[in-house]
Amino acid sequence: MALSKPVRTVWDIPREEQFAPGHSMCQGCGAALVMRHLMKVAGKDAIVAMATGCVEVTTTLFPRTSWKNPWIHLAFENAGAVASGIEAALKALQRKGVVDSNRRIKVIAIAGDGGTFDIGLQSLSGMLERGHDVMYVVYDNEAYMNTGIQRSGATPLGAWTTTTPIGKRMRGEMRPKKDIIGIALAHRIPYIATANPAYPTDMIEKFRRALETRGPSLVHVFSPCTPGWRIKNEHTIEVSRLAVQTGMWVQLEIVNGKPRVTVKVPKRKHVRHYLKIQGRFRHLTEEEIEQIQRMVDQHVEEINRWVGEQAIGPVVE
Amino acid sequence: MAAVELKEKQEAKARQSRRIAAKGNHAAALAARDVDVDVAAIYPITPQVQIAEKIAELVANGELDAEVIHVESEHSAMSAVIAAAATGARVFTATSSQGLELMHEMLYIASGLRQPVVMALATRALSAPINIWNDYSDAMSMRDTGWIIIFSENVQEVYDNLIQAYYIAEHPDVLLPTVVTLDGYILSHTVEPLELIPRDEVLSYAVKRPRGYRPVLDPDKPMTFGPVGAPNWYYEIKIQQIMAMREAPRVIEEAAREFEKRFGRRYGFIEEYMMDDAEVAIVSLGATASLVKAAVNRLREEGVKAGMVKIRVYRPFPAEQIAKALENVAAVGVLDRAVAFGGPLEGPLFLDIASTLAVRGMVKPMASFIHGLGGRDIFVKEVVEMFKKLQELARSGRSETRTLFYGVKSRTKLN
Ligand SMILES: Cc1ncc(C[n+]2csc(CCOP(=O)(O)OP(=O)(O)O)c2C)c(N)n1
Ligand code: SF4
Repeated sequence: MALSKPVRTVWDIPREEQFAPGHSMCQGCGAALVMRHLMKVAGKDAIVAMATGCVEVTTTLFPRTSWKNPWIHLAFENAGAVASGIEAALKALQRKGVVDSNRRIKVIAIAGDGGTFDIGLQSLSGMLERGHDVMYVVYDNEAYMNTGIQRSGATPLGAWTTTTPIGKRMRGEMRPKKDIIGIALAHRIPYIATANPAYPTDMIEKFRRALETRGPSLVHVFSPCTPGWRIKNEHTIEVSRLAVQTGMWVQLEIVNGKPRVTVKVPKRKHVRHYLKIQGRFRHLTEEEIEQIQRMVDQHVEEINRWVGEQAIGPVVE
Repeated sequence: MAAVELKEKQEAKARQSRRIAAKGNHAAALAARDVDVDVAAIYPITPQVQIAEKIAELVANGELDAEVIHVESEHSAMSAVIAAAATGARVFTATSSQGLELMHEMLYIASGLRQPVVMALATRALSAPINIWNDYSDAMSMRDTGWIIIFSENVQEVYDNLIQAYYIAEHPDVLLPTVVTLDGYILSHTVEPLELIPRDEVLSYAVKRPRGYRPVLDPDKPMTFGPVGAPNWYYEIKIQQIMAMREAPRVIEEAAREFEKRFGRRYGFIEEYMMDDAEVAIVSLGATASLVKAAVNRLREEGVKAGMVKIRVYRPFPAEQIAKALENVAAVGVLDRAVAFGGPLEGPLFLDIASTLAVRGMVKPMASFIHGLGGRDIFVKEVVEMFKKLQELARSGRSETRTLFYGVKSRTKLN
């Protein structure tokens, strides 16, 4: 594995690129940042299994590719199963002496929120439950972007998508986001984390630890989508940082069931700052914004109780 | 002379000792053991479930050194074995009916990505209504998925066909997924004599990772596998898949020839029974062929020149051989155990045979017979009736333009 030392500063980030430029991801795509850094950490001895989605179609238009690693895509709902098959094959081939048994080749499954929270949940669960030595990365842009911004189980309350439009009777997504971390926790896997490209060293360090983990790990990465969220290309990192500063997104690391907040927020900003910068929340009334604020307050309280400290502070304007 | 005789005797004795009694399901699992699969994904469904159990047992007692993936569905089973094959492993899985349908999306992906996945299919009717008994509805739903499809008539064929399947699927000139059928219950649960082949001999026949074959997912030679194929490339890739399917018969034949040379059992694309002088013939598949043979025997006693053609390799379709076998008969019937709903005629195999003959200008009376859906028993006397129908058609010189359904309770009779 490429990285064995912890990543403390940007100077510890490997210079080698395993994810090539020239793909057709949008300017400002959060997922592009995620993939680039993930692959830097993974290095050469990693095999990637990817689900159908935005990243897949924008990086592998035959005969071009952005992937310098062995990379496979079969379908939308089976990244977990595909990774399971690769891992099982490596195990058998190493045992039988076909592949060098001293070499640690890590399998990485990558899927969007749709391919994870919804259609891929079953195969993810199977993979986690069987204990395959696979790192699962979900880049969460909070909708199905590849098919043109439809809601997923990860779409947050109040967000506009093409299937949760704003009309007389419906005002965007009516249900809160599904708790994927809770689902992963229920599988009692050794490593779970949330990450965010606005905090690159934190994100990279989590990738590194997930890769080092023996057994299944899951890293849930915040991944802004410029057209889907109706944000300016240059606002990706701004939005990502605001998500953490408002408590909409909490930077967690859960090792063997023990949780920790890796990016503490002593003074929290009001969710208004996060929502107002995005077109997908433009329709929200003051009242609706307050409703989201109350939901976040409650979530923050739960997190603090869970980690046993006031990792996320109160809203201070 | 004496030495040769002694050697022959010893060989016969050795073969005798390799004879066991086995169900079709166990024969399939034993074949997977003898080809030394590296990864098996298992998920239970009747009537295949004993294959999954036997694989687990063989691994548990150390007879097979494989990674067993206890997948959570057939969709994942197929996904996992495709990926394992791409990593360079020899793979195996088995299913039936609804399990195959759940795999359906992945069946095209296995063939489109040219992965040598080998699967056993214990054939079973499709829901609804739910029915666990034998017919070929599931197998027929694989017709156009780009898989090589081999039907078995008895337990020995299940074993032999699976071993040949690895020879074929992994051949660098083919690289196509291959399925071997065994009729649900009729073969899957029936105990018959089975002659095993010692594993070293199997492995020297179906060589693992033959020359020219290499894994795709290799960190030393990274490759992007399963990318987007836009209109400027998709068609060319499909053409290559079509070419591989056209190339396959050569390798299938080679696999059979080599198999006969080493193990003495001969397999063709089709099997002809009493076809030399046949005037009327029925074409069928799988274990049903045994029944048609029995009907032929009875008719021959009556002096009727009946014959049978069994199709062993269903995809790629052995059109030339079939046309040749049927060249001189006066009327042809096709016995299907599946339905092509709303088709010009409803027997799927019939449609294959009709087009095979039509494009060769072989105009002769034909009939599409359907029987045995969902495990409905077929009796020899009913097949005899079908032959009698064919004699009638031969005399009148006319084809049946609608499918004839046999064995339906009288009140629901069509026609
Ligand atoms: C079985 C199946 N259903 C639907 C689709 C269409 N489809 C492809 S990608 C996609 C959405 C992907 O969403 P997500 O996983 O969130 O990734 P994103 O595109 O947002 O990166 C859908 C619905 C498909 N490929 N396969
Ligand atoms: S649509 Fe969104 S997720 Fe897809 S490439 Fe563009 S920014 Fe990235």
